[in-house]
Amino acid sequence: MELLTPGTGLLFWQIIIFLILLFILSKYAWKPITDSLKEREKFIEDSLESAKKAEEELVNIQNKNEELIAEARKEREMILSDAKKLSNSMKDEAKENAKEMADKIISDAKKVIESEKDKAMNDVKNTLAELSIDIAEKIIKKELSKDSSQKKYVDDLIKEINNSK
Amino acid sequence: MVSTKFFKKFLLTLLICFSTNFLVLSADKAEGEDFNMGEMIMHHVLDDYQYEIMHGLVIPLPVILYTEKNGLLIFSSSNLFDDDHVPLEEGYNGFKYYHGKLKSIDQDASYVDLSITKNVAFLILTATLMILVFLSVAKGYSKKNSAPKGIQALFEPVIIFVRDDIVKPNIGENYEKYLPYMLTLFFFIFFGNVLGLMPGAANLTGNIAVTLSLALFTFLITNFSGNKHYWKHIFWTPGIPIIMRVIILPIELIGVFSKPISLMIRLFAAITAGHIVLLSFIGLIFIFQSYFVGVMSALFVVGLNLVELMVAGIQAYVFTMFSSVYIGLATEDGH
Repeated sequence: MELLTPGTGLLFWQIIIFLILLFILSKYAWKPITDSLKEREKFIEDSLESAKKAEEELVNIQNKNEELIAEARKEREMILSDAKKLSNSMKDEAKENAKEMADKIISDAKKVIESEKDKAMNDVKNTLAELSIDIAEKIIKKELSKDSSQKKYVDDLIKEINNSK
Repeated sequence: MVSTKFFKKFLLTLLICFSTNFLVLSADKAEGEDFNMGEMIMHHVLDDYQYEIMHGLVIPLPVILYTEKNGLLIFSSSNLFDDDHVPLEEGYNGFKYYHGKLKSIDQDASYVDLSITKNVAFLILTATLMILVFLSVAKGYSKKNSAPKGIQALFEPVIIFVRDDIVKPNIGENYEKYLPYMLTLFFFIFFGNVLGLMPGAANLTGNIAVTLSLALFTFLITNFSGNKHYWKHIFWTPGIPIIMRVIILPIELIGVFSKPISLMIRLFAAITAGHIVLLSFIGLIFIFQSYFVGVMSALFVVGLNLVELMVAGIQAYVFTMFSSVYIGLATEDGH
């Protein structure tokens, strides 16, 4: 039974010393320990979260980069094709211009040639007419220099007129 | 790495300590007297007014008495014995030592005994050790957000275990108010249990006065923090017929007291029983006085000591956990 009867002295000291122990440890051990444990846990949580955020941001940046690269590529292609188109159109225009110019030159030349030809023709005609008149004059002058021939010519003419009647 | 090394050293030290139990005991009864096993065991399990490390090596402890007649009396317990550690028949200051107890020679004298007994000395030792250990642990936290080192790394997981696996799930939201008490309780029981396994150590946590006061703390905290749901459940259990309420009332009232009493008995019984079993196996050696029994008993005791080490942790865990459960039940909101 002695085992089961609590000793008053021990009970008294146990209560006193346990309370002192509780006070000292609460104030100087448990409080700083649990406080800094909590703080550290919060720190770790925050760090993990910020790491996660950073990773997400990195992915975002990578995506953006890819987008930018794709956009740049597209733009380059657009610029290249535009340039090609432009050069083509410029070439075509130049060709057309040249053709037009050539056509104009040719048609001008043709016109000039034509008019020169007409002019030359006219000149030839005129000269021919003058020449034939001259010749005819000279012939007539020579023919009509004698009376017989004159009379003959008149007769001929009359005959001709009569024949034609 | 540091902590595993430390742990290995710690275990080795414990093993060496356990094996030296025999030395202590062999010295105890070396002088060919009749060996009384029951007496030997009780002598080791019970409290005493002197600290007998080995037979013949005795540390006297202060006796503090408050008597009605003489007021406060403080004297060394060595005054109660002669030079051969035999209790003096005539006593000292009107008190004599009789089988580990202090007796007043005058039968009618009333007195209060507040002596620093073996267990009180051990209690002071345990408390001092705890303060030294945990202040040095706390010191490790002065540097902000650095990895735990040394003794800090050894105790931090245990502190976190007590917080996250014992106190938090059982008490709930406002656990922080009770955490210092629970941590002190857990480590006090654990340190007391482990120190009690040391050779020549006192049976501190296996003493009913110690477990009684610890259970008393839990009892007081539980009932002082009990909310109206808790008291309503005890005095007028809701949701059942009125006749049943009347029947249940005394049962609930018994429950209020049986909870801390179960705490008290459990720790006392577990630790004292462990000590008694260990001492019985060691005592066998002195009864049989044969080499074979000696070797076998020794091996058995080493194994049992390891079991006791486990029990030391389990009992600290169980006491703290049930304290948390009781407080949690008293503070939970109505459902």
